[in-house]
Amino acid sequence: MNLLTIENLHVRVAGKDILKGLSLTLGAGEVHAVMGPNGAGKSTLGYVLAGREGYEVTAGSVRFLDRDLLTMAPEERAAAGVFLAFQYPVEIPGVNNTYFLRAAVNAQRKARGEEELDSVQFLKMVREKLKVMQLSPDLLNRAVNEGFSGGEKKRNEIFQMALLEPKLAILDETDSGLDIDALKQVAEGVNAQRDPQRSFLVITHYQRLLDYIEPDFVHVLADGRIVESGDKELAKKLEAHGYAWVAESGEPAGAA
Amino acid sequence: MASAFVQSFAELAPDILAAMPGSGLPWLDAFRRGQLDAFVRDGLPGTRSEAWKYTTLRALERRAFRPGDSDAAIRDVDAACLQLEGVDGPRLVFVHGVFRPDLSTLDDLPPGLTLQPLSQALAEDAEPLRFMLTRGEAQAADAFTRLNAALAGDGMVLRVAGHARIDVPVHLLQVGAPAGEDLAWHARNIVELGEDAALTLVEHHIGTGTHTHLGTQVSDVVLHARAQLAWVVLQEAPDGALLFRHDRLRLDADAQARVHALELGGALVRHEFDAELRGEGARLDTRGAFLPGGRQHIETRLDIRHLARHTASDALWRGVADKRGRGVFHGAITVAEGADGTDAALSNKNLLLSPHAEIDTQPVLEIYADEVMAAHGATVGQFDERSLFYLRSRGIPADAARTLLTLAFCRAALDDIGNEVLREHLGKRLAARLPADGETA
Ligand SMILES: Nc1ncnc2c1ncn2[C@@H]1O[C@H](COP(=O)(O)OP(=O)(O)O)[C@@H](O)[C@H]1O
Ligand SMILES: [Mg+2]
Repeated sequence: MNLLTIENLHVRVAGKDILKGLSLTLGAGEVHAVMGPNGAGKSTLGYVLAGREGYEVTAGSVRFLDRDLLTMAPEERAAAGVFLAFQYPVEIPGVNNTYFLRAAVNAQRKARGEEELDSVQFLKMVREKLKVMQLSPDLLNRAVNEGFSGGEKKRNEIFQMALLEPKLAILDETDSGLDIDALKQVAEGVNAQRDPQRSFLVITHYQRLLDYIEPDFVHVLADGRIVESGDKELAKKLEAHGYAWVAESGEPAGAA
Repeated sequence: MASAFVQSFAELAPDILAAMPGSGLPWLDAFRRGQLDAFVRDGLPGTRSEAWKYTTLRALERRAFRPGDSDAAIRDVDAACLQLEGVDGPRLVFVHGVFRPDLSTLDDLPPGLTLQPLSQALAEDAEPLRFMLTRGEAQAADAFTRLNAALAGDGMVLRVAGHARIDVPVHLLQVGAPAGEDLAWHARNIVELGEDAALTLVEHHIGTGTHTHLGTQVSDVVLHARAQLAWVVLQEAPDGALLFRHDRLRLDADAQARVHALELGGALVRHEFDAELRGEGARLDTRGAFLPGGRQHIETRLDIRHLARHTASDALWRGVADKRGRGVFHGAITVAEGADGTDAALSNKNLLLSPHAEIDTQPVLEIYADEVMAAHGATVGQFDERSLFYLRSRGIPADAARTLLTLAFCRAALDDIGNEVLREHLGKRLAARLPADGETA
């Protein structure tokens, strides 16, 4: 069974059609890259998979394992194994990061009928995962994402992924705004979590990240659809020729 | 024609006056009589009165209350409900405004602390209280302050001698108990800290069960030079209770007060907090959160007056309204002529959890001095949808996520309470009032 099957997905946001018939299938353990120009609908795809309100599905379907993903609440999707690393992680003043992480881990465990972790077990797990992400432990005592640098925010997302151990990780431009060292750190964090039971949907604007996180498949998203799919060579072609090349060669006739 | 409310006092109050602690003292009798007459004459304020614009008393006018509770001394109160985590010093308990020695602990007071019920102080020597008790006469008092001046025969009298630093918190409890009828009770507190004195006061309003009584409390607090007061108020009256509190605080040179108030209970609650920073270098920090839910109406009014140079005040208040709850916040800061170098800040942020909830906020700043630093801001908004989604996308259920965000929103108002145990207890009481308790963590 495929992990994720998106068929003919149409999504409207604020009265505007953004996704217009997107289809995509992910098998277990696969890494798919989705590339595309700004405004193509990449983040919209991530949000709609994670269940954000205001993203209205007007047609199509999304199956996650044997479930209809679109009928599930965001927290149910999370407990079922969907994780979105946000393009812009949200700062939440007043909510302690450790408290938040433990609440998240335990809420998911509870929803799956697993034993909740006490604070000793939880902190042990946190320490192990922190090392992998090379995050400073004092970030744990701050409010969620508050005052984090851009790089810290992105690494914190990957750290959360490590704690929550999802089946499907959607990384929305986790590379944007990072210098090359930070990018490598993030990629290492991701690679450390590659697993035959875990699939990745790596959304990126640039090919650069794919030098470090090697995808099994590359898709080009333009004007709300996947207009081209291939292997990692496709990313290199895009890098060399730009998105205009896809528009000419890949898009159905008549599209702008 | 007087309203039912006014009539219930006009008829019974004269008998009560004759039997009150301190009656027979000519000055006190005359003062109480005068206050009662003024109350009966003017009645309750209407919404045309600016100070009552957002708080209508029309429903109250039709209700009658029994003035005073002759059974207050014998009403059953479970001692367990008087406990407050982190507060284990001397305790004064009042039931319907009447002192209850059986529930209070006043033995072994630390040196420098005088603590007694007003009823006892009046019986022993009323003269030292004369100035404070009759203070209201000269001021433009409202109906409830007048009722209180006329009918409060008990309350807390607390004095800290100069240079005495009292390191155990004093716990003041106002308790309401179910009764066969609606009662009106009144309490009058007098607090005075001598020069360089220090004290923590915890004021706690609770009920032993559901009731719909009306209570008034007036507190006069004087801080002499360099005195330091930490004052924490936890108001968790039963949901049907009516409660009108009026605090009047005076700060002399370099005196400091830190006030925290958590307003959770009551059907109709109004807290007026007046402060005069009269001495150079005085400082006042007020923080608080009010959470009207159900059909509760909770109002907080600050009137902070900077009268001397280099005085500072900082007010930080949070309102959270749920269901059909109604919150009102009025924050007035006046910097008088000559109070140069004053630093005054006020922030009131409010969160509406339901489309039927409402909060009105009015910051008012009047400055008549030079070189003043003043900042004030007030907002009313809904949940940040992005924060809510972020938490839910990590697996935290919607209700728990809302609770988490609401607590975070209020946290700034409580997180600098020095007593850590008490601070955490207040956080728990606050969480317990929210739609769904954040149990997941
Ligand atoms: N919440 C929103 N309200 C209005 N328009 C939106 C919203 N989110 C996205 N859009 C619009 O949808 C389009 C696709 O946006 P997005 O999915 O963020 O693209 P990408 O991530 O590929 O840059 C853009 O035109 C953007 O302006
Ligand atoms: Mg995007």
